[in-house]
Amino acid sequence: MLQREGEIRNPSGCAVTGVIDRSGKKMTGESMIEAIAVMHDRSNGLGGGFAGYGIYPHYKDFYAFHLFYETQKAQEETEAFIRRHFEIVYSSEIQTRKLPTVKNEPVIFRYFLAPLPRKLANSHLDEREYVARCVIRINAETTGAYVFSSGKNMGIFKGVGYPEDIGRFYRLEEYEGYAWTCHGRYPTNTPGWWGGAHPFGLLDLSVVHNGEISSYDANRRYMEMFGYRCTLQTDTEVITYIVDYLHRRKGLTLQEVSRVIAASFWSTIARKEEPARSQETLLRRMFPSLLVTGPFSIIVGFEGGLLALGDRLKLRSMVCAEKGDKAYISSEESAIRKIEPSLDKIYAPAGGEPVIYELYGRRS
Amino acid sequence: MDLYIRPDYEVVRNTDRCIACRVCERQCANEVHTFDPETGKMRADESKCVNCHRCVSLCPTHALKIVKTDNTYRENANWSAQTINEVYRQANTGGVLLSSMGNPKPFPVFWDKMLLNASQVTNPPIDPLREPMETQLWLGKRTAKIERDEKGLLKDTLAPQLKLSVPILFSAMSYGSISYNAHESLARAAEELGTYYNTGEGGLHRDFYRYGKNTIVQVASGRFGVHKEYLETAAAIEIKMGQGAKPGIGGHLPGAKISADVSETRMIPQGVDAISPAPHHDIYSIEDLKQLVDSLKEATEHKKPIIVKIAAVHNAAAIASGIARSGADIIAIDGFRGGTGAAPTRIRDNVGIPIEMALAQIDARLRDEGIRDEVSILVGGSIRSSADVVKAIALGADACYIGTAALLALGCHLCRSCHTGKCNWGIATQRPDLVKRLNPDLAYKRLVNLVSAWKHEIEEIMGGMGINSLEALRGNRLMLRGIGLTDTELRLLGIRYAGESL
Repeated sequence: MLQREGEIRNPSGCAVTGVIDRSGKKMTGESMIEAIAVMHDRSNGLGGGFAGYGIYPHYKDFYAFHLFYETQKAQEETEAFIRRHFEIVYSSEIQTRKLPTVKNEPVIFRYFLAPLPRKLANSHLDEREYVARCVIRINAETTGAYVFSSGKNMGIFKGVGYPEDIGRFYRLEEYEGYAWTCHGRYPTNTPGWWGGAHPFGLLDLSVVHNGEISSYDANRRYMEMFGYRCTLQTDTEVITYIVDYLHRRKGLTLQEVSRVIAASFWSTIARKEEPARSQETLLRRMFPSLLVTGPFSIIVGFEGGLLALGDRLKLRSMVCAEKGDKAYISSEESAIRKIEPSLDKIYAPAGGEPVIYELYGRRS
Repeated sequence: MDLYIRPDYEVVRNTDRCIACRVCERQCANEVHTFDPETGKMRADESKCVNCHRCVSLCPTHALKIVKTDNTYRENANWSAQTINEVYRQANTGGVLLSSMGNPKPFPVFWDKMLLNASQVTNPPIDPLREPMETQLWLGKRTAKIERDEKGLLKDTLAPQLKLSVPILFSAMSYGSISYNAHESLARAAEELGTYYNTGEGGLHRDFYRYGKNTIVQVASGRFGVHKEYLETAAAIEIKMGQGAKPGIGGHLPGAKISADVSETRMIPQGVDAISPAPHHDIYSIEDLKQLVDSLKEATEHKKPIIVKIAAVHNAAAIASGIARSGADIIAIDGFRGGTGAAPTRIRDNVGIPIEMALAQIDARLRDEGIRDEVSILVGGSIRSSADVVKAIALGADACYIGTAALLALGCHLCRSCHTGKCNWGIATQRPDLVKRLNPDLAYKRLVNLVSAWKHEIEEIMGGMGINSLEALRGNRLMLRGIGLTDTELRLLGIRYAGESL
């Protein structure tokens, strides 16, 4: 019998796309579906997904948990756990559209949650750390339940199928957000279940990734020292944890995080001007085990922006473009042209060069 | 000649080729060869031969070879010839058997039971001839606080680290156990390679202070040659708690090797055996170690990393955890195959555990406890090739110490007779006539060649795995697969069996 996601390491090729309106104007998920559909051949029908930011304005102060349940028992156990740790402000099954191309879907639930104040106070944890630990615990310890989205005013929607079908399955044309990312997956193993699709998320962070990193086990074993548990054994999962650890927990800026993950070569750093040279040297000396090697291009979604980053040898394609307030990131230019044929600017960032698009007035 | 013990080897001379030039006679410090004026022929007394190949290598007519003797005792699977001879030897002298270099017994070598990965299709191999490939690394603590200055720039809050351009250092070999010329070769090679050599417990000769920035000085239980300037000159200080070849016992330098120069460097009397105690008498437990670590840091104004070297023993993981919490910056682990200039044979051949197991367990334990960043891990004993280096790093080491391989590069033929002080290759001796046989100008270049060759090979292997920096290889155990290993061995090494998928 084939092993399921998490029991094996599952490298995959992929397509990634993202868009943000920096003025904060909302757009539906429809354009993302159109864009990713152009790159149909970069996926193989074994996984697709989307992340939308700013989609839950009425519940923006609550953590939006999206969960997959495979059994009733898993749901009962998980809901008991959630009730012990959170106030459930609202919960319901996520509305989906039945499609012949999307099969074997699990039960998919959404909760808007606020941590129980006393429980949070007793934990001596920062609120986001408290929530992150709860998510990691459910995912590592509850069989048949999986939290696949846990941020505020954002949501991840994913499953097994071609991404355009997954988008329609989740009725993304009914959601409006200022930023979207999406992912089409070409795994080299049959994942068989939905938790393994991308984006991968923790709190408001979401990551879509194309590539297969060669540093995986070095990164994973390092991250597991800090309470992260890589239950899926995918690159995307460990990259998400690295960004979360460095950005949220260690307080590095996203620029600095990029200099750790896709560090410049020592020889390149030696040619840089101060203070870049000493700052980048310092980052490599502090976090050498978080250097990610091998091909990758990622789009990291966060509250207020998108970060695009490719590996330092640029072994995966990645194009960035701008049109007015909108900025686009994609594996292929065709996906951008499909939704915006006339662009102000289009370019391919160098390997290891982070591109950050943010809402006007926000500073990461 | 010994009545009981027959030599293991025979010196075979091709009389048709021999021209009786007497080179062999002059080259052999063991006095195996003699010239018989009556017959005009060379003779050999192989009972004195240590099989160091000096005469074989220098014979201008290739008239000599050393062969294993076919003279045999009545065969006995339980009592091998060596075992019998050792009994005879002890019955002769009443002494402890002494040996040199590493454990030669046929224990499993786990390096040879691990296979490496390479990229195919889903992720490209990287060609080190065309793309940058990084073998540079830093050793030391990585537990830095993120602090910023008024401009928002990160402050350097790291403890002092050592920068290496290759993950290979020369391990501790004292001046005394090896010669001045050998030390000079190691020091110059370390400088040219951008790495470090280690003084061992024999102090640092005045002439070599100029190589200080590539020198690790040792503080061992005998405190030989330790003074303020010695500590200040070094790039790092290593506290030697143990050695893989002789865990649980101290060092022993025979008086014959203590020349005037060695005596001055070690600050001990000339010609008297230098015996360092088994324990440090100021360290009877882990909290005492912390005090020595702190004292050395204070003495050097917290500018130098402190290394604590231990022999790989059964409880190595817990000991390492204690060391990681002692303030030490680097742990060096020496496996039971590590070399030595002199050790009791029974200790060398029966005490300790393989470095592969110790490393795997220590790395895993430090990660389980969340303190892997407190220390870097150096391993040695024995690292024989670039493949061993790559496997060690994938198991979790930061870098490797090489000793025996470095001596081989200098010309050592592993005759394992260092303790006699009569090294014909000028390495493990203090006799001026022998020392001068090792020319540092040529010898250091051989060390540079060896390490450069390994560096190229490491780059090729890493590139094949799609990895272009050592940092991404360290602890990357998915790159390893076991072959011919039991479930227990796989579990202890933390690797999967060959054929098991990612």
